Amino acid sequence: MSKPRVLIFSGYGLNCEEEAKIAFEESGAVADIVHLEDVIASPKMLKNYQIAVFPGGFSYGDDAGSGKAYGKRVSHHLKDELQKFLSRDTLMAGICNGFQIVTSAGILPGALIANDSARFSCRWVDLEVVGESPWLTGIKMLSVPIGHGEGKYYNSEKALDLLESKGQVALKYVKGKMSTCFDLPANPNGALRDIAGITGYEGRVLGLMPHPERGSFFTQLPHWTYLREKYEREGKKAPKHAEGIEVFRNAVKYFT
Amino acid sequence: MAHRITVESVADRARAAHIRGMLSERFPKARVREVSVTNAYTIDKTLSVAEQKKVTAALTNPVIERSSFVSVIAPKKFSVALEIGFLPGVTDNVGNTVRQMIEDATGKKFKVSEAVYSSVFIFLSGSVSEEEVKRMALELHNPLIEEAKIIPSWTWKRGHAPLRVPKVTLTASSKADTVDLHVPDEELTRIGKEGILGNDGVRRGPLALSIPELLAIRAYFDSLGRNPTDVELEAIAQTWSEHCKHTIFNDPLDEISEGIYRRYIKGATERIRKAKGKKDFCVSVFKDNSGGIEFDEKYVVTHKMETHNSPSALDPYGGAMTGIVGVNRDTLGFGLGAKPIANLYGFCVGRPNEMRTLYRDKEKTVQLLPPRRILEGVVRGINAGGNQSGIPTPLGFVYADDSYRGKPLVFAGTVGLVPKKKGSRVLSSKQAKAGDYIVMIGGRVGLDGIHGATFSSEDLKSGSPATAVQIGDPITQKRFSDALIREVRDAGLYNSITDNGAGGLSSSVGEMAEQSGGCVVDLAKVPLKYPGLSPWQIWISESQERMTLSVPKKSWKKMKTLFDKHGVEATVIGEFTKSGSCVVTYGAKKVMNVGLEFLHDGRPKRQQESRELEKIEHASVPAKDVQTMLPTLLASPNIGSYAFISRQYDHEVQGTSVTKPLQGPGGVNADAAVLKPVSESNKGIVLSHGYAPAYSGHDAYAMAAASIDTAVRNAIASGASLSHLAILDNFCWSSSLDPKRLYQLRRAAEACYDTAVAYGTPYISGKDSMFNDFRGYDDKGNAVHIAAMPTLLVSAIGVIKDVQKTVTMDVNHAGDVVYLLGETKEEFGGSEYARMLNLPEAGVVPQVNVKENLKTYRALEKTIQGRLVSAALGLSRGGLAVTAAKMCISGGRGMSLSVPKIAPHAALYSESQGRILVTVPKAKTKKFEEVTKGLVRSKLGTVIEEKNLAMTVGTSSFSWSLSELSRAYRKPFNTFDV
Repeated sequence: MSKPRVLIFSGYGLNCEEEAKIAFEESGAVADIVHLEDVIASPKMLKNYQIAVFPGGFSYGDDAGSGKAYGKRVSHHLKDELQKFLSRDTLMAGICNGFQIVTSAGILPGALIANDSARFSCRWVDLEVVGESPWLTGIKMLSVPIGHGEGKYYNSEKALDLLESKGQVALKYVKGKMSTCFDLPANPNGALRDIAGITGYEGRVLGLMPHPERGSFFTQLPHWTYLREKYEREGKKAPKHAEGIEVFRNAVKYFT
Repeated sequence: MAHRITVESVADRARAAHIRGMLSERFPKARVREVSVTNAYTIDKTLSVAEQKKVTAALTNPVIERSSFVSVIAPKKFSVALEIGFLPGVTDNVGNTVRQMIEDATGKKFKVSEAVYSSVFIFLSGSVSEEEVKRMALELHNPLIEEAKIIPSWTWKRGHAPLRVPKVTLTASSKADTVDLHVPDEELTRIGKEGILGNDGVRRGPLALSIPELLAIRAYFDSLGRNPTDVELEAIAQTWSEHCKHTIFNDPLDEISEGIYRRYIKGATERIRKAKGKKDFCVSVFKDNSGGIEFDEKYVVTHKMETHNSPSALDPYGGAMTGIVGVNRDTLGFGLGAKPIANLYGFCVGRPNEMRTLYRDKEKTVQLLPPRRILEGVVRGINAGGNQSGIPTPLGFVYADDSYRGKPLVFAGTVGLVPKKKGSRVLSSKQAKAGDYIVMIGGRVGLDGIHGATFSSEDLKSGSPATAVQIGDPITQKRFSDALIREVRDAGLYNSITDNGAGGLSSSVGEMAEQSGGCVVDLAKVPLKYPGLSPWQIWISESQERMTLSVPKKSWKKMKTLFDKHGVEATVIGEFTKSGSCVVTYGAKKVMNVGLEFLHDGRPKRQQESRELEKIEHASVPAKDVQTMLPTLLASPNIGSYAFISRQYDHEVQGTSVTKPLQGPGGVNADAAVLKPVSESNKGIVLSHGYAPAYSGHDAYAMAAASIDTAVRNAIASGASLSHLAILDNFCWSSSLDPKRLYQLRRAAEACYDTAVAYGTPYISGKDSMFNDFRGYDDKGNAVHIAAMPTLLVSAIGVIKDVQKTVTMDVNHAGDVVYLLGETKEEFGGSEYARMLNLPEAGVVPQVNVKENLKTYRALEKTIQGRLVSAALGLSRGGLAVTAAKMCISGGRGMSLSVPKIAPHAALYSESQGRILVTVPKAKTKKFEEVTKGLVRSKLGTVIEEKNLAMTVGTSSFSWSLSELSRAYRKPFNTFDV
């Protein structure tokens, strides 16, 4: 089976496309970074891809609302094309600013608003997988970093009930090994019902604030020097990867 | 006709809550009950009602926001409203984004005269007096760049507040004026100090030209048989400024005719490179926008550290932001363009809680911002610039001292990565060619930052131009950064590139013209933010986010297509020539024609003289409060945690982070950071810093030596190798015309030479900022002069073979043996201990013994590469006790130590250089002792599981619980954490 192909959107201040490409290619996919204007100019190219990703960043500086300007441009110019893309058995992810973009574009429900601290926060979080998605098959817990100022998931109570009943809530912040080790609150931003990620399109579209691509390798871990000492004393070899890589492996596995 | 759309978030209360919290804290007497915030976008363009509806919908996320294009959305009840918006001409990023959203929604482009202006309505309810509202408004805006309109509720007519359209209206002449330099010396002095007298009778701002310099200019134009134009005079002033030419470092000092830069800084690098021979790893030093060293056979890694002190004093947010975004361009402008892969920062500020009122002017109308506002502003500025650009910020520092109260030091640095070659093209060098187009890319030109270069060459006084203040636009820059690094560079479409920084086009085009041998530019072709700029203003404006490229004519069309796609404005403004002259026109009219030789080398050298300082006998430092001093030191802003900064700066973006800015479960701020910039390689980059400004009062030589020693020590203790380590110097001096200060400068430069040569660490780039002085008035109207302590920031950058061998400071296993490498002497001069006892002048200043330290560092490197060390940290401010405490807090484990006999206060707090505290697994101690044999080494004790630090010195015992130490360590900025 040939390698699945990933289209990673770029432009206007998105900035996590390269690490996303690395994580996908490490997992066995072929990933292309494509400027939004190139997709708008020739939307037919979407046919060549099985996976589409809106990566993290600060599109349009988050001015006038995070992900808003990019999301509106996407829905304005690519709404039908992306619907067509999703009508095939494809996968899509919106990571961090990408999550803000896909909610602004109306691909996933809800909105991301300012962290309760009213400040950008870069730290590690622990996530429990509570919904079903091809992206999350076989994962129960996941510890990866966040880096955002507007990551508090928000929706009306009614909409939240509906999301939960339909199993669209995919990831929740919980007190796990990172927040315990570093003595940090489980929920980093005040997200309603501790929601870190949701899904749509039968789980094929995943939107999440945390960055699994930044937690895919052992030396990316915040306590890897400690683990190295520990493994060495236990006579074990340190691994190459970290938990985040599983998300990308799952996406590749879906097509192979 | 203008329209206004207002949007309120009904879900998002965080910003309003933040403002309420801040106002409640700072105005405890006022009772602010409720705060709400509405964003306003004033659209200076005619739109139909249908279009207004469409635009309003595009600007509103119905899940969380409500909006109106009819009236300002306001709470039902409030006491007073503030509308805060930018002054005319200030960069308005939100306004620009909304303009693009409107263009997308309506399909209509804006004309140059049309714009969107963003503002914010803040509604307060509670019992707030008129006087308090005014003071609150000052906390919420900076009058140099913003305006706050106070609107009492009784004047509020159902949301129909008057429209605010801060349009720039200029009526400047599009002609160049000639300036007569055949005037009396008195007038000549005024031209130099206050600027050219405009037709409106107002001086245009400092040229910072001395009488000998002006006489040289007069003689040059006399030889041409004419007077200079204002364009020419302004351009020469920019090119010759201290800021651009580093005159103090380059002019003769005493008997050093080649200047201290050539002798001590460049001289050290040349000698080191020669000694290294084939092992020389320098690729490009001093001549480019950044310095470059070899990373591996495929890549070059670059580094540059800048200061942005004067702009940050006026507008801390904009100053720091343009500082970081500007130094990013020094990376993009290295060779044919390096990709920024890490940002660094350093903030030297007044003590955060000091509240003395100071004024810039005798009339006490312009107040100096308090240190807290400055710190908050610069922190936010680097946050916005760095985070939005997608560049990780793995390392930085904060240092507080009263001498930085008048002018803060704001350091901003960027590390870059560039492939050595693309095909057969070398990417680490450049050459503009005659016949190439001169292309300007990025933002448009306005009045921003005019006289920035000459202004920072002067003291900060009340006449400082507000146009020196600018706000960055990271997204515009990110667009061209993506375009350059991903597409245009590798397509081979240009021959040279440089940043538009200080001096704007006059500097960037002037510099590149040296490569080709001349240039001709038409200023009428330069895209402007608003009409009405004079030619001289266009030529020297420092409007941000611009770069200049040298583009072969045949490549232009393809380049333009690529930039268009990325939404980057690119314009041909002239052509490089080999005429030997810099020729500038405005349309058909010639406004400048100056020979390149005179422009770049015509400045007369100035002989500088230094005067030796008198030797002072320093009193000894007594043993006092030895037990309580540890928590006291940990709680000081120069030692304690600034985690609130580290956590709000994205250090994980790009996925390259190896060691973090906060190390261990206890999250202690690190003095070094490790990155793994190329995913398929195990190689890494180690970054570190060193500074010891408090030592300058004792001996500037010792200060500089300690700064270098500390940077090197911090790097090696993290896993760097001495054989592949380079350094950068940033001198921040004050009162630099004073011969005594020049003596200190000379001594510091001597130390730079001696120390770097001893360690074999070449300088690859440097920067100096020589007038960090504030001259103003206190609240009684008395004149005040605040001069920053002579400060040298040394930044180190090293390349390592395997990131998996790096170490962090967190003690991680009970039973590990604790060793101290290096000798402890009673050296308290300028130490944090002596300063805490209010004895800044007492004690012997720490000296650097390069010979001994070199042996220690080499051995340390061997033990770390041999995987014998489980944790390590260099000793710096606060000495052994502080270092042990930081390692314990970081790892969440204790230590039980017994220190060889020396006076207890010296054992614990002396700041002797060249020392490192390491932990070694028991099983590896034999090997460790073999490798470190012959060094000054003390086996102090062990790591313990109990959360307690115990230290015995002779018969004295000291003990602290980790909870007490952690609490103290987190104290200095804990009120910033809200």
